[in-house]
Amino acid sequence: MSDLLKVPTMADCMAQGKQPEILFWVGSAGSFDDRAKKITKAFVKILNKANVDFAVLGTEESCTGDVAKRAGNEFLFQMQAVTNIEILNAYEVKKIVTCDPHSFNCLKNEYPSLGGKYEVIHHTQFINNLIASGQLKVEGDLYKGKKITFHDPCYLGRANNEYDAPRNILSQTKANIVEMKRHKRTALCCGAGGAQMFKEPEKGDKDVNVLRTEDALETQPDVIATGCPYCNTMMTDGVKVKEKESEVKVLDVAELIANALGL
Amino acid sequence: MQFLPNIIFAVILILGVGYFVKNVKKLTRNIKLGQDVDVSDNKSQRFKNMARVALGQSKMVRRPVSGFLHIIVYVGFIIINIEVLEIIIDGLLGTHRIFSSIGAPYGFLIGFFEILAALVFVSVTVFWIRRNIIKLARFWKSEMKGWPKSDGNIILYFEMVLMTLFLVMNATDVHFQAMNTGNVISQYIAPLFSGLPETTLHVIERGAWWLHIIGILIFLNYLYFSKHLHILLAFPNTYYGKLKPKGEFNNLEAVTKEVKMMMDPNADPFAAAPEGAEDEVPAKFGASDVQDLNWVQLLGAYTCTECGRCTSSCPANLTGKKLSPRKIMMDTRDRLEEVGKNIDANKGEFKDDGKQLLGDYITAEELWACTTCNACVEECPVSIDPLSIILEMRRYLVMEQSAAPTELNNMMSNIENNGAPWPYNQMDRLNWKNE
Repeated sequence: MSDLLKVPTMADCMAQGKQPEILFWVGSAGSFDDRAKKITKAFVKILNKANVDFAVLGTEESCTGDVAKRAGNEFLFQMQAVTNIEILNAYEVKKIVTCDPHSFNCLKNEYPSLGGKYEVIHHTQFINNLIASGQLKVEGDLYKGKKITFHDPCYLGRANNEYDAPRNILSQTKANIVEMKRHKRTALCCGAGGAQMFKEPEKGDKDVNVLRTEDALETQPDVIATGCPYCNTMMTDGVKVKEKESEVKVLDVAELIANALGL
Repeated sequence: MQFLPNIIFAVILILGVGYFVKNVKKLTRNIKLGQDVDVSDNKSQRFKNMARVALGQSKMVRRPVSGFLHIIVYVGFIIINIEVLEIIIDGLLGTHRIFSSIGAPYGFLIGFFEILAALVFVSVTVFWIRRNIIKLARFWKSEMKGWPKSDGNIILYFEMVLMTLFLVMNATDVHFQAMNTGNVISQYIAPLFSGLPETTLHVIERGAWWLHIIGILIFLNYLYFSKHLHILLAFPNTYYGKLKPKGEFNNLEAVTKEVKMMMDPNADPFAAAPEGAEDEVPAKFGASDVQDLNWVQLLGAYTCTECGRCTSSCPANLTGKKLSPRKIMMDTRDRLEEVGKNIDANKGEFKDDGKQLLGDYITAEELWACTTCNACVEECPVSIDPLSIILEMRRYLVMEQSAAPTELNNMMSNIENNGAPWPYNQMDRLNWKNE
């Protein structure tokens, strides 16, 4: 399948004198993490299917610095930000879409005062817009009647008040959407935020991702959906700890849509 | 001698209000120890937030039981204060129920107060039961031992006693009971005193009246020493609360300057510092003590009423880690009080006491347990932002002390070296396309 992916880079476009409508910010997880790469590809398939005029930075992309900022390293964050902004501004980027709520939040809220002013959209919002404008039609009965519960990523939900876009998309699959007790603004974190992804947790009596997975399993879902590569890892691990991996899948909203469309 | 009660009343009133004003000045001075921060923007949005969150209690009712009871106590507190106004005028002029001259509406008003007083009494009793009998988990966390626990109960006892005194005062007021209008609740308390001669009733009525107003003044002065300051500070705190998206963390300007210098190809690293620059105290990155925090964060520490909604939604705390956002605020306030006392004892200047917020109050272990998920910020009914304090202290740990956990140091050197938190080559960023 992958040979069918059309992934132009900004450099290619520039060489051809074209300015793509939107930049797809892949992010470090989306570029390197094996699980997250599948989300990246699923999203590209959707972009290709809807004939979206997009490009990626490819090897010119670098970490947003978000995780360094949350870890307290403001220096490293701003170094990364300023470097990225130089490249983004050189390509005259106006609009950015990303599958990572952390990149989304960072680019949207923390880059502007450093000189990087773009319209930044999360991929769930982008897909939702594609569906609303009729550019993308979700057909097929793959998830019809299946129980799906959506885990709100903190940096999409509480941090930026986007709760509806991912749910709107999921409702297109004719799935039965069930909410966890803690959802939307009271959703529990998966445990990866604030640089926790990269370190061992402090001493406690449980891991956060296990607690959150228990929240999700209470709804007896067929699929735990989310919209963040880090949440995806944490929930997948949680499902393994609970030994439910044969019954419950953890999927990104983009993967659900790509699957539903048979892409 | 005829005016003796009036004079005593005036003296008590002046002492009560005077001592409170003195402590408010201390409070303001302490808050101003914080760094300056520009919150002069978006005045109309800020007023709206204050009206909605503080006045309208919009976040309180998200937990319906405590929210509903809290509204009763809050409305009762505000409205019954009209009665306090009458008491003050009566006390100063030596009159009795001066507002009763307005006629029928007076009975209606007092009747309304009596109902509220009874409802407040019931609500406060339920609060007490939740704390002490049902033992709601958030009131029994480790930071709630000792004074914070007593403080919570003392406030409830105060309110019970004040409401009782108000009702007893009305019940033993022979003239008021004879009017038989407005004694909606007190008429059921009056029979308890029915066997007593009128003079005794008068003594009880006067006693309740004096104790009521003295109790209110004591309560007013208790505020400064208690978590109960929120009844006043909730208003400024919601006004100055964060307006930006919760996920947006401030960019440190001091860092921006240095980064721009480093990135500027024309910058001369050996250039002499510009005139006057040597007088500037080099900026400290992050916060190790209360003076490094901004004054809105310090205001938040005084505003916190230790309800623990933040802690009860914190993923770290829910999974047994040491971090508790409420403790972050309590520690900040305790340290700020300590610094304030230090300044008082040293004639207006802070003398180094060998202590600081970081380490002596808040440990690195607590700070590193935070997932920055904003659940605490979302929960706080008075718009406190504990997360911003955690981040400032992490900044100090990392940028001033290079004291991040080893794994995070590895992650950060990866970003420095190859532009990703993992040790992958930047040139491989697009490999996924062909995999």
